Amino acid sequence: MRSFLYVLSALGVLALAFWAYRENYATQAALREVRSLQNDIASLREALTIQRAEWAYLNRPDRLRDLATINFDRLGLLPLMPEQFGHPQDVAYPSLGLPSVTQTFDVMGETEEPLP
Amino acid sequence: MIRTPLRPLARILSARQRGENPDVIERENLARRNEGLRDKARRRAEARLLFLGMSFLLVFGTIGVRMGVMAASQPVEPTNAAPGAEIVAQRADITDRNGRVLATNMLTHALYAQPRIMVDPAGVAQKLAVIFPDLDAATLERRFTDGRSFLWIKRVLSPEQMQAVHEIGDPGLLFGPREVRLYPNGRLAAHVLGGASFGAEGVDSAEVIGTAGVEKMMDARLRDPAQAGTPLALSIDLTVQATVQEVLDTGMSMMNAKGAAAILMDVNTGEVLAMVSLPDFDPNDRPNLPTEGDPSDSPLFNRGLQGVYELGSTFKIFAAAQAMELGLMNAETMVDANAPMRWGRHLIKEFQGKNYGPLLSVTDVIVKSSNVGTAHIALLIGGTRQQAFYRSLGFFDPTPIELVEAAGAKPLIPARWPEIVTITTSYGHGMSASPLHLASAYATIANGGIKVSPTILRRTEPMTGPRILSEEVSRASVDMLRQVVTRGTASLGEVPGYAVAGKTGTADKPRRTGGYYDDKVINTFAAVFPANDPQYVLTVTLDEPVETSGPEPRRTAGWTSVPVAAEIIRRTAPLLGLRPQVESLPMDGLTAVRN
Repeated sequence: MRSFLYVLSALGVLALAFWAYRENYATQAALREVRSLQNDIASLREALTIQRAEWAYLNRPDRLRDLATINFDRLGLLPLMPEQFGHPQDVAYPSLGLPSVTQTFDVMGETEEPLP
Repeated sequence: MIRTPLRPLARILSARQRGENPDVIERENLARRNEGLRDKARRRAEARLLFLGMSFLLVFGTIGVRMGVMAASQPVEPTNAAPGAEIVAQRADITDRNGRVLATNMLTHALYAQPRIMVDPAGVAQKLAVIFPDLDAATLERRFTDGRSFLWIKRVLSPEQMQAVHEIGDPGLLFGPREVRLYPNGRLAAHVLGGASFGAEGVDSAEVIGTAGVEKMMDARLRDPAQAGTPLALSIDLTVQATVQEVLDTGMSMMNAKGAAAILMDVNTGEVLAMVSLPDFDPNDRPNLPTEGDPSDSPLFNRGLQGVYELGSTFKIFAAAQAMELGLMNAETMVDANAPMRWGRHLIKEFQGKNYGPLLSVTDVIVKSSNVGTAHIALLIGGTRQQAFYRSLGFFDPTPIELVEAAGAKPLIPARWPEIVTITTSYGHGMSASPLHLASAYATIANGGIKVSPTILRRTEPMTGPRILSEEVSRASVDMLRQVVTRGTASLGEVPGYAVAGKTGTADKPRRTGGYYDDKVINTFAAVFPANDPQYVLTVTLDEPVETSGPEPRRTAGWTSVPVAAEIIRRTAPLLGLRPQVESLPMDGLTAVRN
């Protein structure tokens, strides 16, 4: 019985050593991955900064103004003017529309049927 | 616990039988008991001491081991922590009030050389001179071969230049990463932003430090690593700033002025929404400070902030407002305006020698811009109270705005304050202040009388300040300013829908040698709009303008600054979300109804 326990504990030690060996390498691999991911994140952040700067550069007011002038015939954009403020009262009332002509009936009929 | 009896009956009885003293037995037992108690107490004390000692040993041991570990271990960046790469830029961005980028960073490279490991110095010098036309091949070769081991060649490279240098392929040419400051909007708000340059430079990195404007003033905040991720939000509105700059630029060339400045300020918070000074510069390529000539002619000079001018008749409203605040008069009080007025050996005249007298109401003094009327109001107030009022409006100190140039722009105040100074300063002569001072003072008058301290940073909490004028006086003053536009000197300032109120000011430019020029003026228009509920203050200053559409050149503010200011208001007020108060078309008599 005692020798069985010895063998069992020896096997347990072996299994734990194997597990620890595997974990050690898995941890190192995970750390390597984290490092490369962080490098990726840093370079993406850098790219983001550049793109934000480029966005601001391409949207600078004088460029937009020039583009609006060049493309005036297509876009028809003008600077915002006081006259462009409207009032709800100035909006045209939506037309009611005529009722559709689906159920016709003769006004002058010969029968005495009730009107639909 | 079993107590041993002190007088055990058996021993006492036997001792008595033997004729011995039983008290001896009692004392013997007592002594034994005391001994036992003493031993017990000692053991307990020893155990406590041991426990205490072990605890101290444990604690100090832990600290000592930890210190030893920290001292002996190599510093390593924690790699398995959560993403810690928040700090990518060493300097925080600057944005406008709506978050649009005004200044950001870009990664480039600097070029340096290590001539010791260079293969072909002469060839490298030739090829570098081709890539960079501003470098001289002979000089480069001499520096490569004079025995030095390190040499900077270019501080900032474009990617194309870097590729070209790579293609030379010499091991002695090396690149160091550099963060440079980028202003994507170019000249826009150049004077506000200032500029940045390199501080201490190393191979791996270089400090970026602000050289002027808000970049220098807020340098510590922008470089604070804890706040590197949060952009600094200015009070500037990019769209409004661009519009003001465009209109002012056009106005400056139409009025043949050599410089111009405009400031748009929120009267309730003191936030500067636009600050333009022309001519301007590109902060990406900031010119050097001028070494000769008048520094105020340099494009680096911020006329709105550093330009300390005699602001002329725009000061008259202060005399009127103070007189009303003190209860000396109201808007309808008649004052003596009989021109010319003699004071000692001085003669106070009106514009073009007119005479508006003999009597004018206070409102008409402002509307007609009467020097003599204002002088009489100021004399009634008195010099001491007048000085105190100017001081409370901020005219005696530099403005507290967060731009590094502000502290240097101190108003020019007469050392003594005799009555003639009381008279001349009441119509804006004899003391000088910047247009920003004027804008703050007008904002104070327009917002109901609360002192305004101007700021270039977006305010997050409401502004607080001492009350200088009562609300009634504030309203009456804005009414007077409104009449200047409807029937006075600023009639070209009328913008339909936005009841503009304001005051013109024309001041002769002082000669450097003393006295004044005859044909060089500074024209100022300080406007408040809309007059029925003042929201914004606009000051427009033109330097040496002349309006030449008429038969003879006109140099008064009413002909130069006022139309420019009116156009600025017409363009910016819609952008600021102000709805024009236009009489809408009367509705048709018939109203459509649904039933």
